[in-house]
Amino acid sequence: MEKEVMALRECYRSGKTKQMSWRRSQLRGLRDFLKEKEVEIFRALNQDLGKHYVEAFRDEVGILNKSLNFVFKELKTWMSTTEAKLPIIALNSSAQLVPEPLGLVLVISTWNFPLALSLEPLIGAIAAGNAVVLKPSELAPACSSLLVNSLPNYLDNEAIKVIEGGPAVGEQLLQQKWDKIFFTGSPRVGRIVMSAAAKHLTPVTLELGGKCPAVLDSLSRSWDKEASVKRIIWAKYGSCAGQACISVDYLLVEKAFSSTAVELMKVMIKKVFGDNPKESQSVARIINKHHFLRLKNLLTDEMVKDSIIYGGSMDEDSLFVEPTILLDPPLHSKIMTEEIFGPVIPIITLDKIEDSIDFINSRPKPLAIYAFTNNEVFKERMISETSSGSVVFNDAIVQFAADTLPFGGIGESGIGKYHGKFSFDTFSHYKSIARRNLYTDFWFRFPPWTNYKLELLETAFNYDYFGMLLVLLGLKRSRKRFHIN
Amino acid sequence: MEESVAVAELRETFKSGRTRSVAWRKNQLRALIDLINENEDSIFKALHQDLGKHPVESYRDEVGVILKSASYTLSCLDKWVAPRKSELPWLLFPAKGEVQPEPLGVVLIFASWNFPITLALDPLIGAISAGNTVLLKPSELAPACLSFLIETIPHYLDNKAIKVVGGRVEVAERLLQLKWDKIFFTGSPRVGRLVMAAAARYLTPVTLELGAKCPAIVDILSSPFKTKVAAKRIVGGKWGPCTGQACISIDYLLVEEKFASTLIELLKKYIKRFYGENIKDLKSIARIVNKHNFQRLHNLLKDPNVAASVVYGGSVDEDKLVIEPTILLDPPLDSEIMTEEIFGPLLPIITVKKIEESIDFINSKPNPLVIYAFTEDETFKKRILSETSSGTVTFNDSMIQFLCDTLPFGGVGQSGFGRYHGKYSFDTFSHEKAVLHRGFFPELEPRYPPWTNFKLMFIKLAYKFDYLGLILLMMGLKKS
Repeated sequence: MEKEVMALRECYRSGKTKQMSWRRSQLRGLRDFLKEKEVEIFRALNQDLGKHYVEAFRDEVGILNKSLNFVFKELKTWMSTTEAKLPIIALNSSAQLVPEPLGLVLVISTWNFPLALSLEPLIGAIAAGNAVVLKPSELAPACSSLLVNSLPNYLDNEAIKVIEGGPAVGEQLLQQKWDKIFFTGSPRVGRIVMSAAAKHLTPVTLELGGKCPAVLDSLSRSWDKEASVKRIIWAKYGSCAGQACISVDYLLVEKAFSSTAVELMKVMIKKVFGDNPKESQSVARIINKHHFLRLKNLLTDEMVKDSIIYGGSMDEDSLFVEPTILLDPPLHSKIMTEEIFGPVIPIITLDKIEDSIDFINSRPKPLAIYAFTNNEVFKERMISETSSGSVVFNDAIVQFAADTLPFGGIGESGIGKYHGKFSFDTFSHYKSIARRNLYTDFWFRFPPWTNYKLELLETAFNYDYFGMLLVLLGLKRSRKRFHIN
Repeated sequence: MEESVAVAELRETFKSGRTRSVAWRKNQLRALIDLINENEDSIFKALHQDLGKHPVESYRDEVGVILKSASYTLSCLDKWVAPRKSELPWLLFPAKGEVQPEPLGVVLIFASWNFPITLALDPLIGAISAGNTVLLKPSELAPACLSFLIETIPHYLDNKAIKVVGGRVEVAERLLQLKWDKIFFTGSPRVGRLVMAAAARYLTPVTLELGAKCPAIVDILSSPFKTKVAAKRIVGGKWGPCTGQACISIDYLLVEEKFASTLIELLKKYIKRFYGENIKDLKSIARIVNKHNFQRLHNLLKDPNVAASVVYGGSVDEDKLVIEPTILLDPPLDSEIMTEEIFGPLLPIITVKKIEESIDFINSKPNPLVIYAFTEDETFKKRILSETSSGTVTFNDSMIQFLCDTLPFGGVGQSGFGRYHGKYSFDTFSHEKAVLHRGFFPELEPRYPPWTNFKLMFIKLAYKFDYLGLILLMMGLKKS
């Protein structure tokens, strides 16, 4: 593996990946891959996660196409040099900022959106001109194989490599020296990645997870109520069966409103996912037995199982868990302390909806907070009194599709951000350039020191041009500021 | 343990929300300006005691920098805290997107000893402006400045939100065991690694301002006047700030063989003019911070091959911890003086046959914080920019990029990651929260199952923002 990494470094050093033409050609290669291999992609996603091909298009292929289009449009602007304003005192000087690639980038992807979470960071790394190693997750083996076998036919193999494997391969990769590591996954492994990166002082972006709460206010209009509930259950069950870092993890409602909410949820689940979500594949399945059993344990927990008010059936052979609702499970149970990552939604009832703020703040900072409300004051409070990667009002998950919004966490939910230009930035170093000329000089910059020079330096620092003039003309007395020679 | 009590109080204060108010932030910044203005003498005295800095150097590199930084921040703060609108595609209509900066929480700042006031207070300005609570740990290697900060800060700033802690390595280690929302570290790459590894336990984001050998390329210039200006700036940039003990000091020079002797003569002339004729008459120049670093530098010179390459200076005064400005010509490239960051008043000059060779030379070493290049050749400038990597590139001057509030200051590779100064300070201590406001109407049914080909077509067109196509599809005029 060291040889492979060295070869990548040689390739990067040749300067090839910095060329705009190279970057565009690679992005076109990705576009062709998504178009020509669409059928294989759908098949792999269905095999690994039971995703229906429309869900696969919506959450993986379509998103990537959108991102690619955005990058194509903006790349030239992003790569350009920008001027930095300097004060007048910097006579005849200029300053600029120019983005440059970091060098060798390692992208470690995860299993729930195995295409999207591999290729979206890859798009950013390529756009910024880096050489890249992509390590897809071995837990989504069909997708991993597809990437390993097909991508090399569309991309420059000298500069972009896909390496398959499990934790052992991951560890080996982490021993190498990278100029940037981009990791999507759990906080536990995020820590391991960051520790490894510390050895080489490698900057990292960590896209982690957390329990993303949804807060449902007591809405009065039935349209609002229905739309909210529909969006909540969709954000819970409709995207990889709740196995997403931005899924709604749990729901907070006022006691008085909870029965309305629950009834509406039951109706919507049937309406959206149908009577047999397993057959229709409107709900994906659990990735593997390990996670299936994990979810099973969460639900069969003595403290928790009595709070199941809807669903609850699980089929180990097909790794399918039906959409499930819990009402007020104990707050110290595992299902309320760990990220659920599955199609189970606990509803926690509160006396007042405003209590949701304290509830959220008493837990680690999530990737997203979803609040369904028309109360503008409450919205303001939610923004200013909680902390999360993002806050979305009256919808969920869609922030992922906005190229102009930074996508990333804070605290336990991660470090750094990407999407759109934020992707380009996360894989770039912005080099500052200061240009001076040799015609003029401020003689008072240099020793031997005198009070007079000090006075001039002070006016210069304060951009006090008039004061400087006065000092120079001898019209301002310099007070004796120091006694040392 | 004292530190955890202090941190717990900082966390309580942050939770109370007090530090989020823009009024609070501005008050703290104004108080900091007062602190500097009212204690200028004490600051000069402390810097002279710790490092032998002349008050004018102290004003230029520490007092003036902080005053400028705080005023700039005060004048821009309202703009920086305001949410930035993000344009969203029509597809999401009705929707409003913004990016809202918010404080990270409880911040730990480690300052280094060479600019003990600036490297403590400039990050502090950033952390305060972003609304955080702060624990500041200045370096114990500059004890007078440390005492000054410990004694003075509580009289001017909000004690419950901003604390200063002294002590040695053990204190730093204890601090790193605690949970922070951000760590800002200025220092060596070796300690930078330890800081980042400790931060990994809590997934704490870090900014590391480190160092590396900053080269200065000196090309042949078109007139004697310009050559003199360049020489002055090189001398001022090597020995002016803390006698070369700065992360952005010129570490070594690269010049063409045929130009070396001319340059050396000019350098000698300005060294004598600025700092004195010899070690006994040395003035307007700092001293080495302590015996340990003095020995380290002295040892660099003791290597016989290196000693033989000294062409100016070389004298040391162990009692006063002074080493006179020293120039070396072509010391062996594998000697320690050419492989380690010098951080002292020794300037090796490496000669090359053609000045363009300096690019490969620089690339054979770790990425520096700055590359300085004195040249008028525009083609050569372009090559330097595109073929080397560094935090910054400065043409035809030294050190001044540090003063630009509009230029990000930070490294890449071994010289660190993250950046600050001006708005970049505010950003480095902020979290940019994405806020998306959506309406309940209309509802895009194709988002949801049950799935049909119509919905797939709709989603395809939607991602392309092909609004005409969508209309045609909805009117039944487009085949799904």
